Amino acid sequence: MRKLRGFLLRLCGLFGSRRPEKEFADELESHVALDTEAGVRNGLTAAEARRQALIRLGGAEQTRQAWRERRRLPFLEELGQDIVYSSRMLRKNPGFASITVLTLALGIGANTALFSIVNSVLLNPLPYPHPNELMAVHESKANFDQGSISYPNFRDWQRDNKTLAGLAISHQRRFTLTGMGQAERSPGDYVTSDFFSILGVKPVLGRLFAPGEDEVGRSPLVLIGQGFWERKFSSRPDILGKTITLDGRDFTIIGVLPADFDLSFGNFQAGDLYVPVGQWQQPGLNNRFAGLGFHGIARLKPGVTFAQAQADMNGVSDRLAAAYPKADHGVRANIVPLRESVVGRVQPLLLVLLGAVAFVLLIACANVANLLLARSGARAQEFAVRSALGAGRMRIVRQLLTESVMLALAGGALGLAIAAWGTQAVIKLVPVALPRASHIHLSVSVLCFTLLVSLAVGILFGLLPAWKASRQKLNETLKESSRSVSGSRNRTQGLLVVFETAMALVLLAGAGLMIRSMIAFSSVDPGFNPQGITTFSLAAPPSMSSASPDAVRAYYREVDRRILAVPGVQGISMMNGSLPMTGNDDESLFWLENEPRPANTNDMHWALDYVVEPDYLNMMGIPLLRGRFFTDADNQHAPIVAVVDEVFAHKYFGDENPVGKHINLDGYIEKATIVGVAGHVMQWELDNDASFPLHAQIYLPFWQTNDDGMGFSNSLGTDVVLRSRGDSASTMTDVQHALSAMNRQQVVYLATTMKQLIADSLAARRFSMILLAVFAALALLLATVGMYGVISYLVSQRTQEIGIRMALGADRGHVLRWVFAQGGRLALIGVGIGLVSALALTQLMALSSMIYGVHAYDPWTLSGVTLLLVAVALAACYIPAHRAMHIDPMRALRTE
Amino acid sequence: MGDKTDVWQGTLALMVLRTLEAMGSQHGYGLARRIEQTSGDLLQLNYGTLYPALLKLEQEGFIRSSWGTSENNRKAKFYELTKAGHRRLKKAAAEWEQTTAILARFLTPAEEA
Repeated sequence: MRKLRGFLLRLCGLFGSRRPEKEFADELESHVALDTEAGVRNGLTAAEARRQALIRLGGAEQTRQAWRERRRLPFLEELGQDIVYSSRMLRKNPGFASITVLTLALGIGANTALFSIVNSVLLNPLPYPHPNELMAVHESKANFDQGSISYPNFRDWQRDNKTLAGLAISHQRRFTLTGMGQAERSPGDYVTSDFFSILGVKPVLGRLFAPGEDEVGRSPLVLIGQGFWERKFSSRPDILGKTITLDGRDFTIIGVLPADFDLSFGNFQAGDLYVPVGQWQQPGLNNRFAGLGFHGIARLKPGVTFAQAQADMNGVSDRLAAAYPKADHGVRANIVPLRESVVGRVQPLLLVLLGAVAFVLLIACANVANLLLARSGARAQEFAVRSALGAGRMRIVRQLLTESVMLALAGGALGLAIAAWGTQAVIKLVPVALPRASHIHLSVSVLCFTLLVSLAVGILFGLLPAWKASRQKLNETLKESSRSVSGSRNRTQGLLVVFETAMALVLLAGAGLMIRSMIAFSSVDPGFNPQGITTFSLAAPPSMSSASPDAVRAYYREVDRRILAVPGVQGISMMNGSLPMTGNDDESLFWLENEPRPANTNDMHWALDYVVEPDYLNMMGIPLLRGRFFTDADNQHAPIVAVVDEVFAHKYFGDENPVGKHINLDGYIEKATIVGVAGHVMQWELDNDASFPLHAQIYLPFWQTNDDGMGFSNSLGTDVVLRSRGDSASTMTDVQHALSAMNRQQVVYLATTMKQLIADSLAARRFSMILLAVFAALALLLATVGMYGVISYLVSQRTQEIGIRMALGADRGHVLRWVFAQGGRLALIGVGIGLVSALALTQLMALSSMIYGVHAYDPWTLSGVTLLLVAVALAACYIPAHRAMHIDPMRALRTE
Repeated sequence: MGDKTDVWQGTLALMVLRTLEAMGSQHGYGLARRIEQTSGDLLQLNYGTLYPALLKLEQEGFIRSSWGTSENNRKAKFYELTKAGHRRLKKAAAEWEQTTAILARFLTPAEEA
């Protein structure tokens, strides 16, 4: 405590007035006077007595200095002096200061921007209490590792497990909202009661669902999102207990969820409306076979490890498989840390980018270190004089470090501005690429990161020049003129340029591979022609939910007719089941004609099913390989027909012609006859279609949908695909008008083009490609500037030497070649080191499947970037070479 | 004159505190003289070093100072112990005695058993 008090007083001393100094001078004066008097009393002369008194004191000035150092904090005081001195030096060299600050700002800014993304996306992806306990839960079964969970299995898992503090499921869907202006289709989810309490989400108004409120037959309740509350109710607090009409039924609002609840993983997407699962009038809820698109979340009990939970859930699954062999054979609960589900896919991309951006910063540091080295050469005299005047070596190092840290902090401040702008630009560029994009902002931790990086960078690039400066030989420097050649400094600068070149090459190689991957993607054939294809979802009017199958068919015919009448529309198909590139998938189960009926569904064959109208194949540009596609005659009265894709044909019929063969479709009494074979279509996203196990595809006629399937009791929504000429957006406006003219209560939603869907599926890749390309360009720019700086410095140092050579008969071509040789040598060494490092690092990219359709050691990419780098490096040498060539030998010699 | 010992770090503060306790309020010069005399002129005290030590003690709150007049009517700054200073002196003296006692055991010739 006493020490602290002393420290604080000394700290205050830094800012205090000069009065205590005066007072101490008085005190010393009185001391000397007292001592002198004593001397005089002992018989000395006044002068002698005063002399002895001063000797005994040990010198007045020294005493004052010792006292001063005690009164304040000399370290801080010196720091203050250094800062004042440094800023004066930097003000006198505005060119140097601004180039340095700008270089650092680019490096630090890029790092800050990326860190703020990484911070929100990777470090802090789940803004809930104890996020490590949160798990995503799926049902692992034939063909699907992360398949959807059947409701009875969920109930048993919930009851039987011993390691989970809670388990909840959700099913994403849209609800038709009527009675509040224009009917709309609002995104939402069916959830079980404790879905939000497991996460730890607190309502901003009202309450969450209570246990049991998710049972079938309970009164219909709804939780709404804050955005919906603002939009529809202007955030009025009196909405609790009010009802809203969803799909034609009234639901009572019990609470409002916060706007920052935006969880998105698997099939869950935060929406506007959350309804207890018991309100879903879905007969499949009691079917242990039916997945129904449920996926779950769970929270581990405190202290339970992931492995324990896994083992527990495996045990539960085994017991269920024994109890229900038909439905649950080969089915188990699959738990995955929720964090992995949310960010798993972007994690490798972001980590590679983080590495790349760190390289950019290192290059920036190398550049600045080079500038400082060149400058410390020019300042050699200054340091020599300072040490002659008594400055210690550490004192000079400290002075130089203060300077570089100040530069770095200024760079950091500017970098922060660049980052604030850059982050927003990046997010706008590719909004769908990142989970939690809306949470990305400059937080306190980002500010701390920038501060730390700036300090570290300042020390990093300042230490080398400072160390060099402090080591120079005092006498020689003082004797020599300032343009003395320092070989070791040149060597250091050369090394730094080699290092920069190598780093830049690594980044260029990485960016080159990413660009080649994107090109490879653009030439991937998805199996259909996305040009002119628009998809949207259509919700029938809520009044149709109890309509007869024939009325529903008539409704669809009418929709078809009206849409086809819209100018520009060339074809249309209603779609049930799967829809390529949308993430909507649905499967048909079947067994072959010569096979006995399998005992349970998991032993049946699976195929992706597409329930479409006759126009579909033609409209999508999918080739018909054999037989025929559907016609209008394939309706509910005609025998069941199916068309399979080539993968299906090959897998189940080998080289035989499948046309004319029969298969047994699960759920149909009648056998289906295969009438045609179509080309294979990529169902999943372009970049990972191959990683999904299920590829066999089967087409079924929409108009053969049986009476059970033809109805809106489960959901009002259907997908529609259409092909049109011209602008998709204006066609959709016309389609919307045509449909509201038919019935104002039906809603068109989720309209998008197939091209957009394909682009979205590559968004994360495009995002990292663009960023990596930007970083590589930045690296190239910085390395070029570095090369230019070093070669210029070299030329300016050797002006006399060149002058002498020219005077002795060297021609200009010779000089030019000499300069280029200097630059070329550095560039080639750098490229060599860079190529070796690039080979190692691009392997890493290949391992995290960031590159596609091209080898990690693609010779074209590597030679391309090598040529680019060497060409740019030589171009950077051109200006100094030109200058060297035009040195006037006479003038160069005269300045000696 | 023989060997004179420099005042080693840390002990000066204790000497100052003890001297102030014995003499009451005293100015810097008087303190320096008194310390020198008490040591039997064995200590070579640079009077200047006394002032940073006084400043440190004052910053830590063990002594306080005020301007006054010396016996021969000269303006001087007088120092005196605070309460904390008294406590500090007691503690430091006890510690010091213990240290010297321990060292003394090592340095005196061992008695034959």
